[in-house]
Amino acid sequence: MNKISVSNLSFFYGQVQALHDITIDIPEHEVIAFIGPSGCGKSTFIRTLNRMNDTIANTRVEGQVLIDGKDINSPKTDVVALRRKVGMVFQKSNPFPKSIFDNVAYGIQINRLHENRADLNERVEKALNDAALWNEVKDRLSESAFGLSGGQQQRLCIARALAVQPEVILMDEPASALDPMATQKIEELVVELKQKYTIVIVTHNMQQAARVSDRTAFFMLGKLVEYNRTEKMFTNPDESLTEDYITGRFG
Amino acid sequence: MENRIIDQQLELLRNKTLALGEATEKAIEQAMRSLNDRDSELARKVLEEDKLINQMELEIDRLSIEIIALYQPAAHDLRLVIAIARITPVLERMADHAGNIAEAAVIINDEPELKPLTDLTLMASTAMTMLRNALDAFIAEDAEASRAIIRQDSTIDKAYRKVFGELIGMIVNDPAVTACAAQLLFVAKHLERIGDYVKDICELTVYLSEAAFIKHSPPNGDSGR
Repeated sequence: MNKISVSNLSFFYGQVQALHDITIDIPEHEVIAFIGPSGCGKSTFIRTLNRMNDTIANTRVEGQVLIDGKDINSPKTDVVALRRKVGMVFQKSNPFPKSIFDNVAYGIQINRLHENRADLNERVEKALNDAALWNEVKDRLSESAFGLSGGQQQRLCIARALAVQPEVILMDEPASALDPMATQKIEELVVELKQKYTIVIVTHNMQQAARVSDRTAFFMLGKLVEYNRTEKMFTNPDESLTEDYITGRFG
Repeated sequence: MENRIIDQQLELLRNKTLALGEATEKAIEQAMRSLNDRDSELARKVLEEDKLINQMELEIDRLSIEIIALYQPAAHDLRLVIAIARITPVLERMADHAGNIAEAAVIINDEPELKPLTDLTLMASTAMTMLRNALDAFIAEDAEASRAIIRQDSTIDKAYRKVFGELIGMIVNDPAVTACAAQLLFVAKHLERIGDYVKDICELTVYLSEAAFIKHSPPNGDSGR
């Protein structure tokens, strides 16, 4: 079943067209990797999936983005609810200047998802557990999030995204600033999380895309060049442009 | 413009494979010549040089593993490394068969000559032509030529059945020739196997070129697409 269905999507920053007529279906409980050279539009594209581009002035969307069959660009859409449903993790971990606990609790509290203090504690623990961080932080929940390592901060941001019970998680180069051990943890987490969530991950690391994703989409100059099963993409891509990119002939 | 670091490594791998192919071709040719010319000295040279072929195989194995570990090839690059990693032991085994033919030649050359076996020569020349063409097709990544070579193997199989019948007939007529005829039967079997191995190389060329596995598909000459 398709969780996300995008048809003929174009996106403009003022007069500049950043995305050209993108059509793509993203099945539920799969990991989709977006690859492509810098500036190809992949980050812009994932930001159209939870209307993060709304925060940028003078931008315009054409075409349709359906999530669970509903048009997210319709005037009726509750953008806050949309962003709760479609969570996001960024390249640079960006914890709030708060305690580890409060970082995760924040979204739960402002969305009033909890019934009482015990329920809040439980939700925070569950989110930290799901982000494979609980065991490392359970004895220091009241300490500042800034005391965590880069990899731990990134998993804290994932826990923060999971706490508000999203259905889709968008990850924009979530491991690009991490060392190999921390990267491996994030990758294992991505594979684990797809049982519950649909995940879209932007990455510049070809091997990472190959390791974690079920399908890979290759973008270039704002166009979707190829979208295929990942094993097909990395052994016998349909497009020669894809082949050139994944084998490092350009990009 | 190809200026990736991996390109130098892949070129080296291709060249080493081609060198192994040429050495294998030479081993088969010399083994057959040692038999036809009753030249046991040449036969012993084939056996001696098999050690070099074994070394070449190990060298290609090492390089293939290194390329996978260090350069993480994908798509066509990956298929090339995989195809070569699988062609290499095939070539080495073909060379082993050439060695076996040379061993048989040493024994046969000490026996009185049986009547000339034209079909054995036909088998050998077909197998060698197929091998040379298969290696050319591999380097050119020519899937169509490879499919055509696969179809030629039936010529060898047909000649093998004929040689087999002839030699059994000789043994029945004159049991005194049994030892020599049995060795020639082995030679025929080795050539028949060499033909099969050429097919393996051709199948891997089709994989390299089209990412299609045609091994174990129905033998209708052009399947697996």
